[in-house]
Amino acid sequence: MEQKEEKVVFERPDALLPVVTNFCPGCTHGIVHRLVAETIDELGIEGKTVGVTPVGCSVMGYNFFGCDMVEAAHGRAPAVATGIKRVNPDNIVFAYQGDGDLASIGTAETVHAATRGENITIIFINNAIYGMTGGQMAPTSLPHQVTQTSPYGRDTASAGYPVRICEMLSTLDGPAYLERVTVDTPANVRKAKKAIKKAFQNQVDGVGYSLIEVVSTCPTNWGMTPQESFTWMRENMLPYYPLGVYRDVLAEGHESVAAAAAERAKDSKIVAEGGAA
Amino acid sequence: MAKMIVDDAFCKGCGLCVDACPLHIVELDQDKITDKGYHPAHCIDMDACTGCCSCALMCPDVAITVWR
Amino acid sequence: MSEKVLMKGNEVLAESAMRAGCKYFFGYPITPQTELSAYMSKHMPKIGGTFLQAESEVAAINMVYGAAAAGARVMTSSSSPGISLKSEGVSYIAGADLPAVIINVMRGGPGLGSIQPSQSDYWQATKALGHGDFQMVVYAPSTVQEMADYVAKAFDVADEYRTPVMILLDGLLGQMMEPVELPEPKADIPDKPWACTGTKGERAHNVVNSLYLDADLLDQTNRERYERYDKIKAAEQISEEYLCDDADIVVVAFGAAARIARNAVNAAREQGIKAGLFRPITLWPFPVDALEKTVAHARGYLTVEMKMGQMVDDVRLVVAGRAPVVFYGRTGGVIPTPAEVLDAIVAFDQKVGE
Repeated sequence: MEQKEEKVVFERPDALLPVVTNFCPGCTHGIVHRLVAETIDELGIEGKTVGVTPVGCSVMGYNFFGCDMVEAAHGRAPAVATGIKRVNPDNIVFAYQGDGDLASIGTAETVHAATRGENITIIFINNAIYGMTGGQMAPTSLPHQVTQTSPYGRDTASAGYPVRICEMLSTLDGPAYLERVTVDTPANVRKAKKAIKKAFQNQVDGVGYSLIEVVSTCPTNWGMTPQESFTWMRENMLPYYPLGVYRDVLAEGHESVAAAAAERAKDSKIVAEGGAA
Repeated sequence: MAKMIVDDAFCKGCGLCVDACPLHIVELDQDKITDKGYHPAHCIDMDACTGCCSCALMCPDVAITVWR
Repeated sequence: MSEKVLMKGNEVLAESAMRAGCKYFFGYPITPQTELSAYMSKHMPKIGGTFLQAESEVAAINMVYGAAAAGARVMTSSSSPGISLKSEGVSYIAGADLPAVIINVMRGGPGLGSIQPSQSDYWQATKALGHGDFQMVVYAPSTVQEMADYVAKAFDVADEYRTPVMILLDGLLGQMMEPVELPEPKADIPDKPWACTGTKGERAHNVVNSLYLDADLLDQTNRERYERYDKIKAAEQISEEYLCDDADIVVVAFGAAARIARNAVNAAREQGIKAGLFRPITLWPFPVDALEKTVAHARGYLTVEMKMGQMVDDVRLVVAGRAPVVFYGRTGGVIPTPAEVLDAIVAFDQKVGE
């Protein structure tokens, strides 16, 4: 018999169904799924949350999250989430997307949901490769990175350069909060959790569009162990995709997204004076 | 007494918990193969476990429960 | 009964949708359906609804998918090239068994085509608006009044069978003004217990999805959907028969082409030719049962189409070789004149009379 009363200090969150995921061993998707589910539990919002998971490794998300789930076509999650949120603004709506989905085929949907300032939460897994289809070059694959469709390494002369989503979206007036995190150590997992929780809290509070980019790995398609993958990610991806907060309108001292946008364009007559009565 | 328990049904033997443990008391059990064909993680010195949760924080399969 | 008002077809489509309980409209500008979106943008806010001009047709139809998944009555509208872009979303809507209404105010094609009236998206609407095994109900109104009536019906049918429904018309009808009696606003919209509105902790989670990695399960799901299609085929065929009872020559036409064909049929009767007009109102399900009844006496079928004869195939499937079936039409936005159609009837009558 134990001498002291023990308490459970870490267990599977309720919002994550007791189902073995389709993810490969060591895949960081599982960590991020758990952080989302913990957040849903801690905010007590499972009953009003609707998740959107589009094509890619996250496509089976509806089997893993206990909240209502909508599967979306490749790249279209922000549009689908927009439709859901506009119908039921009291729902908490999140989209969980990979890099091919969010930064290639769905770039238009990503940019415009952001610039509309949809009050939704986007979780963006950037692992610089298409995982589900077997390791093709992604919009975020690094220069010289070897993939199935860049067998000689990403040649920037023909394939161009990777897209830095947080930096790109930070030029827009619409987003409330943009942060890039990673989950390679317990300390970074805690930071990622804090960011994800804030991204959901923002929606609960009506602050607006929040996107958390999680720099991630793909051991299977990178052809490395999970441990080697983290090393490769730290040496190659983090310098290209620096961690940090790219937008946080409240922390920047603005009252709201709208106030920040108005301040930025205050010299425009129509912005300052308002439109048609 | 702190302890960590791995649910073999979920563990895929990736070893991220092994690297995360500050006390180096988590290992993959080479004598055991799960139904899915993995060597599952286990604690080799439960008396030393402080229940810090580092292993669980890194587990992508939410296979670890920690008591403290 | 409400009073008749004079309204433009495209605006009637919008007004009738709002009266049917549609509070969400997602669209993208394209000629010749523009007045519909403009009307929605002006009037949706007044009823507490949402008009959202999406970044693309692709985004618009996926917003429709999301809103439908959330249980709302929702609509989008476009014109031919834009409908092609929507085809991805329509397939997903069908695959996820979601109700939605899609309006196609057709223009000439292929490609950018013209902005003049056409019916050349018939195959696309009735056979293959998107990948995979699915159908959707397609209504082809021929008057502004029918636009009002069938938009209202489309929402009910979409909800009843959990299927996308299309209103297919040409730019001529969209731009036409006619007196119309608008439907009464609909108060009772059916419950949708399958919708994703949050579990509220009271039920297992709902999933809206078209992905089945288990091939047998997808096979079974598709078969169940086709059983529903059989019910639609049995219950939802609609057509109008004009002077068909004794007709030797049955002219088959829908939409604006049917208005022209009707004039030509009258003129043919004056010349002593026993012509009749069969007008499909549902293009899918094609009104095969009513058309079959004409086969006993008809000596020939002439389809009059603002396209290269796509519908003629469906007529041939019904007639099945028991009488000659030919096609007359113009494309690219050229509207056939009643005189042209009359000439075609006279020539066909002579041929089948030989």
